Amino acid sequence: MKALLIGEYRQGKLLDTTYELKAFADRLGADSVMLLVGSDTELPKYAGKLYLADAAKYGEYNPDLHKQLVLQAVEKENPDCIVFVHSSYGWDLAPRVAVALKAGQVSEIVALNEGAYEVNACNAKLRRTVTPRSGRCVLTIQAGAFSPSGEPQGTPQLERLELSGTASAIEFVGYEAAEQKGVDLSKAEVIVSAGRGVGKKDNVPVIAALASALGGELGASRPVVDAGWVDHSHQVGTTGQTVSPKLYVACGISGAIQHLAGMKKADFIVAINKDKDAPIGEIADVLVVADVMQFVPAFTAKCAR
Amino acid sequence: MKILVCIKQVPDMESRFRPNGEKTWYDESDLAFRMNEYDEYAVEQAVQLKEQLGGEPEITVLSIGPERTVEAIKKALAMGGDRAVHIRDDRYYQKDPWQIASMIASYAKGEAFDLIFTGMQSQDRGSAQVGVIVAELLGLSCATTLVGFSYDGGTITVKRELEGGIKGVAKLKLPALVTCQLGLNTPRYPTLPNIMKAKKKEIASLTPAELSGEAELTATAAIYPPAKKGGGLVLEGDIGVQVDRLMGILKEKTAVLR
Repeated sequence: MKALLIGEYRQGKLLDTTYELKAFADRLGADSVMLLVGSDTELPKYAGKLYLADAAKYGEYNPDLHKQLVLQAVEKENPDCIVFVHSSYGWDLAPRVAVALKAGQVSEIVALNEGAYEVNACNAKLRRTVTPRSGRCVLTIQAGAFSPSGEPQGTPQLERLELSGTASAIEFVGYEAAEQKGVDLSKAEVIVSAGRGVGKKDNVPVIAALASALGGELGASRPVVDAGWVDHSHQVGTTGQTVSPKLYVACGISGAIQHLAGMKKADFIVAINKDKDAPIGEIADVLVVADVMQFVPAFTAKCAR
Repeated sequence: MKILVCIKQVPDMESRFRPNGEKTWYDESDLAFRMNEYDEYAVEQAVQLKEQLGGEPEITVLSIGPERTVEAIKKALAMGGDRAVHIRDDRYYQKDPWQIASMIASYAKGEAFDLIFTGMQSQDRGSAQVGVIVAELLGLSCATTLVGFSYDGGTITVKRELEGGIKGVAKLKLPALVTCQLGLNTPRYPTLPNIMKAKKKEIASLTPAELSGEAELTATAAIYPPAKKGGGLVLEGDIGVQVDRLMGILKEKTAVLR
């Protein structure tokens, strides 16, 4: 089996997630070649063939051109699967390649299961095994699901890719920096976070009261921030802040992967959720199965005593 | 301008899920269904664009699913959609993203939509493929994961959400398809008068047989609850007892309560 791995490069840097692709290929037992739209100064450590296209010419984000570059490498290598990270780059580009090849795509693989690919469904409350029915397939892997076992090594054997033209329907304008963080949660020793399970905006002060009783900061999950219940500066997760407090209390947070990625390094995790099967229970040291709005006030009162 | 918004009806994600009898999807009984959250942002963005252009664009709402799907369609119409197409398919869940997208593209091909909005993914399946496949099949320019959208004279400027809170800005010419991320806008609640008005709007019904007959490219082999990794301690029962036990644990295991 041969895998074509599509590396990632942004703001002039090779992204570390690129190494997870190789780890995935190793788990598959597949031979691999890699493609990167990047630069000579940021090559991955990789003992194999690397198709390199110049990001200065083909853009960091230009899915039309990147698709053509991937197809060129597919033509040369005839791989069984084309593997992307399930990221803003990968989920945008992968289906374009899949359609061009009329290949089935399996999205956001979290594990391998006897030759089939395991993915999450319904907020990770269910798992699904998926099998491609097309000869060749496109795969995207969940960031963090396949970690490299050791330090990546090797010097890639370069082969350059060029397109005959760079006309494209998409014009990349530039990047916007992340919003300024009003609250630096990264230094907080205790964070008490509100999730959708708190029910409504009026209930957020109840969670904030526990945070303050424990001498900590208020955090929040994405849905609560999107709903305008809590300011973005308190958001914990992939698109918010990454935290590592001594104690993290997740109130009414089901535990989407994006949230877990931001707080799983906490020393001690308490989750309060009325659903005993909520994914947050997988990483919590203690799961309190209760209605947040009943439990939290009672617990805060006890702390205050 | 002709706008298409593709929406899906999904279960409330706070529900408890169990596999169906065939172990190929979840059991739908006892689940409450609603519009896929990402799609609410897609509908809202379409309606805002219509308002910006003085009401000129016509917004068609499309959804695939069983009879219950009509409820999500009605909500989209009450938010400001003009007309709807319901592809009535009781076995929709057996179709993979390629088949679903092929049906949508097959319908849209003859309609010459200038702009198509979809959610970036569904909350139940979460493949993040259907919108992009539709764009490719129709030859539209496409950008995913929008947290910003503006339109000016045939060009749209989009802000894509990248990892770490960074955003990528790009310009696309119409015709185009965009997929919407949470937080793109603030989806409106339908007002009572608009809910009443929506009842009079056309919902055309189509069957899968009238559209694409593409075979699947991927198949669900099985669906099951994730294996429990052991996890931590689970405290159930009386609130007072839970409070006392958690207090004891935190005093013992952490330094934050003294």
